Amino acid sequence: MSDEKASQICIVTVTGRDRVGIVARLATVMAKANINIVDINQKIMEEYFVMTMAVDIGRSEADIGQIRKRLDQVGRQMALKITIQDENIFKAMHRV
Amino acid sequence: MPISPEEVFETVKMTLHDHFDIRTVTLGINLKDCVDRDLDWLVRQAQARIVEKGQLLNHCADVLEQKYGIPITNRRIAVTPVSLLLEPLPRKPITAVKFAKALDAAAKKADIDFLGGFGAMVQKGMTAADENLIDSIPEALSETQRVCGFLNLATTAAGINMNAVVKVGHIIQDLAHKSENGIGCAKLAVFANVPEDNPFMAGAHHGIGEPDYSLNIGISGPGVVRNVVAQNPDCDLTQLSEVIKRTVFKITRAGELIGRELAGLMKIDFGIVDISLAPTTSTGDSVAEIIEAMGVGRIGVPGSTAALALLIDAVKKGGAMASGNVGGLSGTFIPISEDAGMIRAVRSGTLSLDKLEALTSVCSVGLDMFAVPGDTPPEVISAIIADELSIGVMNNKTTGVRIIPVPGAKPGGIVHFGGLLGSAPVMKVSTKFTSSKFIQRRGRFPSPILALRN
Repeated sequence: MSDEKASQICIVTVTGRDRVGIVARLATVMAKANINIVDINQKIMEEYFVMTMAVDIGRSEADIGQIRKRLDQVGRQMALKITIQDENIFKAMHRV
Repeated sequence: MPISPEEVFETVKMTLHDHFDIRTVTLGINLKDCVDRDLDWLVRQAQARIVEKGQLLNHCADVLEQKYGIPITNRRIAVTPVSLLLEPLPRKPITAVKFAKALDAAAKKADIDFLGGFGAMVQKGMTAADENLIDSIPEALSETQRVCGFLNLATTAAGINMNAVVKVGHIIQDLAHKSENGIGCAKLAVFANVPEDNPFMAGAHHGIGEPDYSLNIGISGPGVVRNVVAQNPDCDLTQLSEVIKRTVFKITRAGELIGRELAGLMKIDFGIVDISLAPTTSTGDSVAEIIEAMGVGRIGVPGSTAALALLIDAVKKGGAMASGNVGGLSGTFIPISEDAGMIRAVRSGTLSLDKLEALTSVCSVGLDMFAVPGDTPPEVISAIIADELSIGVMNNKTTGVRIIPVPGAKPGGIVHFGGLLGSAPVMKVSTKFTSSKFIQRRGRFPSPILALRN
């Protein structure tokens, strides 16, 4: 129960050009911050390569702002646009 | 059902490409309990509350911006109409000006860019304190940076206070000449049927029916709506309305979520979501461009009013489904200076002041952020206001006027206000024949028969 209480699911999205090592880099960032990856999807949508990843940051020592900074750094190095948002925003917008 | 990658991408694209943001979170603060016969006491109490709550608002908004990855662009404060606070104080304009400067200083300290509420409800008549506040407006708004003023000059129930309308024509002229390019007038909006919970400046204030604190939120996504309209170039108008409704539902839900959570963090009441489509000067964030994407060659040509009516109706239906707390203005903003498409239409001659007035009959906010020559006589300004307010009164809706007479400017010229306020082509106003005799009759323009509803 205590694990459930601490859970905070966020959605990471990666858009840009597909290349080797994206998942590996992101997985490393997550593991270092004690973030569990719950789900991964990837697709070509409109002309974009889009990867979405559900992660649980509830037990991480880093807050969402710090994680975003680390992801931004990866994004700059790999020429990708990476976002992270609490999943509630998607539930609010896409579920009645 | 889990959120699909398509749904995630749709939301992410709105913020990355379509300028979707939470346009404003506006904290309403009650100052009625600070009223005193000692101005210094009133100032101290008001400033302490504004600074404390303003800093908290900024802090909590930053937290949620990080959590949801959606920019919360403006954080603002609205206070009790200031004329009420000045009731027991000496009826000298300097009193009101001093209080405006105190509000300005508090807003600056709290890092709040605009604070609204320097105004009065005078739809039926003016108290001595109301008159004093109105007399102080040219100095108060030209000598402060962050304070915004509003005046409610008319309601459907009371009619139009033409004495105040005449007075305000002179006040606006005076304010224009006290500030560079007339920019002080961008901070003054006059209304019919002003809402008490509108989060958008310059008209925001914390109405007398409000609790101690109230958090109101203005969402905005002209870019999002424009894109979805552009993606449906061939569907009929019924389908187009559906598409707009669905999109507005989504962005309203985002606003509702963030507004409620922000109010929760601040431990105050959540007020309303204002679903108005509000443009900015950024490319692609234009209401005029939505109308044009619907198939109108350029805003202002025949067809524009019908297209705008369909748009705002769809916005309201989508918004009302998404939130039980839709309020404020909840219309479509078509300010000239803040919307690239509106500027283009005025410059190319397709949009005149007359057509702009027609457009406001189907959209909530009225004649907004438009420039006229600085030598436009006060009685002509009053007549423009009377026309616009009568649309609001007779149709039982909010209308407002934010007119900027630009000293030295001629029709066809362009004046740059800078920043959020953009730039405006100076519009032609007919002054060869005027209605000064009609305006100067003064008195109270009677409330319409539709006010008798009981």
